[in-house]
Amino acid sequence: MTDALAAKAADPKSVLTASVPLTDSSEGMSYLHNVPRRLVTVYLPLSIILLILLFPFYWMALTSIKPDEQLLDLETFNPFWTWNPTFKHIYKLLFETQYPIWLWNTMLVAVCATFLSIVASVLAAYAIVRLRYRGAQWVGGAIFLAYLIPPSILFIPLSTVVFQYGIFDTPLALILTYPTILIPFSTWLLMGYFKTIPFELEECALIDGASRWQILTKIVLPLAIPGLISAFIFCFTLCWNEFIYALTFISSTHYKTVPVAIVTALVDGDIYRWGSLMAGAMIGSLPLVVLYAFFVEHYVSAMTGAVKE
Amino acid sequence: MTIALDQNRPARSYREVTRWDRLKTNRNWLAIWFMLPAAAFLILFLAYPLGLGVWLSFTDARLGRDGVFVGLENYEFLWDDTTFWLSVFNTLLYTSVASIIKFAVGLYLALLLNERLPFKAIIRAVVLIPFIVPTVLSAIAFWWLFDPQFSIISWSLKKMHVITTNIDFLGDVWNARASVIFANIWRGVPFVAITLLAGLQTVSPSLYEAATIDGATPWQRFRFITYPLLTPIIAVVMTFSVLFTFTDFQLIWVMTRGGPVNATHLMATFSYQRAIMSGYLGEGAAISTAMIPFLLAAILVSWFGLQRRKWQQGENND
Repeated sequence: MTDALAAKAADPKSVLTASVPLTDSSEGMSYLHNVPRRLVTVYLPLSIILLILLFPFYWMALTSIKPDEQLLDLETFNPFWTWNPTFKHIYKLLFETQYPIWLWNTMLVAVCATFLSIVASVLAAYAIVRLRYRGAQWVGGAIFLAYLIPPSILFIPLSTVVFQYGIFDTPLALILTYPTILIPFSTWLLMGYFKTIPFELEECALIDGASRWQILTKIVLPLAIPGLISAFIFCFTLCWNEFIYALTFISSTHYKTVPVAIVTALVDGDIYRWGSLMAGAMIGSLPLVVLYAFFVEHYVSAMTGAVKE
Repeated sequence: MTIALDQNRPARSYREVTRWDRLKTNRNWLAIWFMLPAAAFLILFLAYPLGLGVWLSFTDARLGRDGVFVGLENYEFLWDDTTFWLSVFNTLLYTSVASIIKFAVGLYLALLLNERLPFKAIIRAVVLIPFIVPTVLSAIAFWWLFDPQFSIISWSLKKMHVITTNIDFLGDVWNARASVIFANIWRGVPFVAITLLAGLQTVSPSLYEAATIDGATPWQRFRFITYPLLTPIIAVVMTFSVLFTFTDFQLIWVMTRGGPVNATHLMATFSYQRAIMSGYLGEGAAISTAMIPFLLAAILVSWFGLQRRKWQQGENND
């Protein structure tokens, strides 16, 4: 009876449209909902949002396998599907352009920059959280502020700096500048992880005569592996995504990364360019999507962890 | 010390504490070694350029030529530049509209995902895909979706007899603004939704049950339970969202390059155009520096958001 009353109070209409079973085994407050109601309030809006979120990818994939004549003729063919897919665009992309080189550049830059940043961040995060040196809290705050400085206000002075150091237009320019985006983020993330590791473990090791370096490599790092994976994946994604530094610091076509090369080298006046452009966008996103598919939980925890800390 | 005087023991056990040992074990010295790599990167490639950028904005530096100090000349020039004010207007419009809609849709999506759903994990993973895919690559997909001639959106609307001629998405001033804002929202909603969802999952269901028994409507449950408990995380998420929308560059550069007639130029794209394409480094740096006050405002909001959260949890800094 209280159930029915509560339901009535919560939503008078539901009492009129459907009888609320008094004895049910459903969990929590789910008895308040019935299928038609949920269809309208949950499933319908959810599927509309999902459709909008995913449609550009469907369109990307479809465009990259459509024959040219179907791409531009929307009247004779149904534009939402194709019965005779072609790999012409992908073939053209992989064998007639420098696309494989760009992919390799992106991979190289992303892996090197991520590796450098993770090493630097592990050391810094450990020092801030566990060495508790004088002013550690201030340094922690400064690193958080560094995370909030966006690349788009740094690229102009950074381009002159990169020029001064003599690494302009080399992959090294990107490998050395990307860590400025990655280190603040991953340090912040790893600080959160290190804080969760019991202090007592380290005290035991110190008593047994372990050095700080041994403690870090033999106790802290093995326990922080989930955090390291999260940091690695997130950093790798950020590198792959980076655009403005790569656009500014690299001018030779054979050193460009995929995002920049697609916009500057692949876009030409050709009216039939859309097939290979979309193929390029699709293949460029695939490595990240595959990586993401394997480590969804780590990725989500990296994203939410950085916000929650 | 008394043991150390015992002459019968092997000498190596009482090696004197050398300066090198101090460097290896002293907390503060150790910390310097540990901080060194990160500090080197952040000072050489972040702090130094940040200062250099402010300095450049007071010089007449060109691409490939050092400038001399010219005082506020760059700023005075920008003050009279209508394109600069247009870019400020665009940036504020872009940031405010996109952030508000991102917040509303993101919160709504988070509430939907918090319901009991089949295949919940898969749906949640799929929702985040627009955030994973590099912005430039999805912007290219939007560029194609917004093509003036072959846009599938125009085609569908024509088939449904809503419109008679193709929509010129990126060629018309207000259409172009709406299109880039839409693309930005499309990319930002997953981030907002998934982070807010993480916050929602920490809200205890018993609170909702108690409120329902007291006769609270769904709106009241949201307004008086969900929203107050979510406020701290909303503050942080929205600060990030505002910050990254305000400094956006990629989407605009790929879809419109600031056109048509500068209608979609943000401050970031405008500074790129002035500094790198036209070569007026000093002026570009002045535009970038003009963004800093806005960023500081966003950071302050974030700071107070964090403070409030700590206060609510009754914790101190650790």
